[in-house]
Amino acid sequence: MTVDVAAAIAANRFGLGARPGDLAAIGDDPRGWLRGQLAGAAPLWPTAGLPSTGQILSGAEPILRARREARQAAGGGASAPASAELAMRLPQYLRPLYVNDARARLSAALLSERPFAERLVHFWSNHFAVSVDKLAVLGIAGSFEREAIRPHVMGRFRELLLAVEMHPAMLLYLDNQQSVGPNSPVARRAAQRGRTLGLNENLAREILELHTLGVDAGYSQADVTSFAKVLTGWSLGGGQGRLASGPVGAFVFRPEVHEPGLQNLLSRRYAEADQAQGMAVLADLAAAPATARHIATKLARHFIADEPPAAAIERIAGAFERSGGDLPAVYAAMIESPEAWDGASAKFKTPQDYLFSLGRGLALPPESEPRLLGAFELLGQRTYAPGSPAGWPDRSSDWDGASELLKRIELSDAVAQKLADRRDAMQLAPQLLGGTFSAATRESIARAASPAQALTLLLTAPEFLRR
Amino acid sequence: MPSHHRSSSPDVPGSQPQRLLRRRRFLQLGLAAGGSAFAVRYAFAARAVTDARFVFINMRGALDGLSAVPPYADPDYARLREQLALDAPGTADGSLPLDGHFGLNPGLSFVREAFDAREALIVHAVATPYRERSHFDGQDVLESGLTRPHATQIGWLNRAVAGLPAGAGHGAELGVALGQNVPLVLRGPAPIASWSPSKLPAVDDDTMQRIADRYASDPLLSQRLGDALAADHIAAESAAAGEEPASTASTAAANMSAGAAAGAAGAAANPAGAARYLETVRAAAGFLQREDGPAVAVFDTTGWDTHFNEGGAQGQLTQRLRAFDGALRAFKESLGSTWSRTVVLIATEFGRTAAANGTRGTDHGTGTVAFLLGGAVHGGRVVCDWPGLSARVLYEGRDLRATTDLRSVTKSVLRDHLHISPRRLDAEVFPADNLPYIEDLIRV
Repeated sequence: MTVDVAAAIAANRFGLGARPGDLAAIGDDPRGWLRGQLAGAAPLWPTAGLPSTGQILSGAEPILRARREARQAAGGGASAPASAELAMRLPQYLRPLYVNDARARLSAALLSERPFAERLVHFWSNHFAVSVDKLAVLGIAGSFEREAIRPHVMGRFRELLLAVEMHPAMLLYLDNQQSVGPNSPVARRAAQRGRTLGLNENLAREILELHTLGVDAGYSQADVTSFAKVLTGWSLGGGQGRLASGPVGAFVFRPEVHEPGLQNLLSRRYAEADQAQGMAVLADLAAAPATARHIATKLARHFIADEPPAAAIERIAGAFERSGGDLPAVYAAMIESPEAWDGASAKFKTPQDYLFSLGRGLALPPESEPRLLGAFELLGQRTYAPGSPAGWPDRSSDWDGASELLKRIELSDAVAQKLADRRDAMQLAPQLLGGTFSAATRESIARAASPAQALTLLLTAPEFLRR
Repeated sequence: MPSHHRSSSPDVPGSQPQRLLRRRRFLQLGLAAGGSAFAVRYAFAARAVTDARFVFINMRGALDGLSAVPPYADPDYARLREQLALDAPGTADGSLPLDGHFGLNPGLSFVREAFDAREALIVHAVATPYRERSHFDGQDVLESGLTRPHATQIGWLNRAVAGLPAGAGHGAELGVALGQNVPLVLRGPAPIASWSPSKLPAVDDDTMQRIADRYASDPLLSQRLGDALAADHIAAESAAAGEEPASTASTAAANMSAGAAAGAAGAAANPAGAARYLETVRAAAGFLQREDGPAVAVFDTTGWDTHFNEGGAQGQLTQRLRAFDGALRAFKESLGSTWSRTVVLIATEFGRTAAANGTRGTDHGTGTVAFLLGGAVHGGRVVCDWPGLSARVLYEGRDLRATTDLRSVTKSVLRDHLHISPRRLDAEVFPADNLPYIEDLIRV
């Protein structure tokens, strides 16, 4: 492989797409360029000023209170519909918060000098997916990424896992604040009044299946149920009625809904009391070999190929186990995998990949960000909205559909019409594609009938659609 | 960016008919060039041998069959379901009457009408062979048609349409997915189109031809582009020619938006959602009405994962079913006379727990319902070997036991409606299980 191809792989496959000048800066040390991004602090945002989860949820409290009071005044219970005006107030409050966060994320991706680190943030955010089509997380999907993911992507997996499972966005997304131990004090009191309260196993199941061990790791329904009992009480502050307590928008353990007693799961006995029981299970899950393998497979699928070579998975999983889940060591093993440097353009870009690389490659100015944000939805990948706790799928065949391709072409053409007088396709192409710039694309750009058409042909070239 | 317009261009793309003209011109251009593999893709055969149409709608998220089609007469139902239980027909918050044992969720008024017209058939206590409780693996099994997850990248419907009778006059594409991408159920070697509405201006013919030329050496991209342009052509043509279906559907559209508005907060987070449902069913109808169009169509619906606050007769699930039911009504109206040759199979990856969980919802389970709708269905019946809901028969002590394999339903429809040969069905589509066929699902 030529130096030129390796630099393009570093910038486009590991990073978020080359900007003019990036490939020259990477030069003949693409691995060193990537390793350099793993050193140093977590990729926090330089831009302060976005509100914390606590601030966002505190701002929602008066709206929720007004809704409760209106219901009570109407004599209805918790399920009585609020007035249309009241029902709209919550989304009206949350939506601008969502947009601000999505835009800040886009801006960071377009401007980042550590695009590999930024891609890793996106990878983990998708691994631990929450989705804003659930209203409860509309305002806090962004703060979840800022507070639970970003600070930990250069740390240990175990700390990342804990930060995620204790974050209000995850607890709300997977309903855990509702789950009540059947023998907890609260459930017993409710039973005396003829009401049944009990488990919701959503979070427990997805932690095992999606976040840690993986679906084929051999756990049973009984393990899921036991783990759901372990996690009862993992909740957040604020709320209503007698259960209202704790700082709004922060993790709170509620002993009164926790299922008492020891739990057996995954062939181990957990006799710890209260929150310590869940901490112990999560620590064991983080250290399980199945987790190392599951994470290694997902990383290899994201960075190497749809069906990653077994050798690469072994190498990455081995680094995970040997380092005790030290993530930079895991990423370093990935960089050192020869398979990652084979087969340029092995992955078809997701819409997100495509738009980040388009924005970076064309050096789009900040004022075009709102429109670019709209393009994510248009191409089928609205920010923070994967629609499922499994996150966005990560195989080429999930994204290379016919309708999807036509939309990319139409979008490229619209962008090219707008920018053709300021961007020269023939000059840009080698800077964005490096050694992957093919003779066929060179010829098609050279023969274009207009500067706009030339730019469209660059943005729709097979090697620009892949990474 | 998406909303940019080319004021400098003499032919600014605009409405659908304009778009259609542009596409048609391009197609002619492509055909005139002749011989190239790219142009050949648009050759729609003139003669249809089978005019049967089949639609698969995937309800992703695990639909609660016990709330969609409540067995209100089962002695254990009300006890297990607590406040989620739907009452017998005839009461204030009761279910809609079906057959004296099962009712229908009050949101499903169109399905009820179709049932009365003998155009809806319900299969209860049905499931795929998957017996774990992961959505994602469950959906994989539902779509692959095999017994284990992640065993293939080819869906059962792709394997089935590859066996449409020789000479069947469908165009280049045998099936169409209404969505940005083709879901697993329809993925595979048989040519498939996908289509979703675009708000972007069309690209001029010369640029498109150059892109196509560049893709000539890239088999995947040239196939995808060919499929996309062919699908766009069909969609634009039916939009231009068929103002009728769009307008006959408008009443249902109005009903549906009203239902969605009642869904309040959830819909408010994504107000375009309800409208997009309608655009999808209309486009699907446009494809299926064409003589040379695809024989099968698929699309997805979501929002059925009711862990929390599922609700009863006025609850969240009922609201969502009502919006979906409105889309089905619009689909029938858009299809016009094609409805009489159509079978719609509606299925989900698995059911939900028989008992309500601790948060007024239900967790992942096993047995559930599937629906067959359409003028070609021998309907007005609930087909099921009801296992009951007593503690000793519940699967693993918690779920409705499945007594019918969904693949039996599917393959019987494929055999009797699309006339796929049993040999192909048993060897390739749902291989090696010796599953029985269910007779008489389709009107003769």
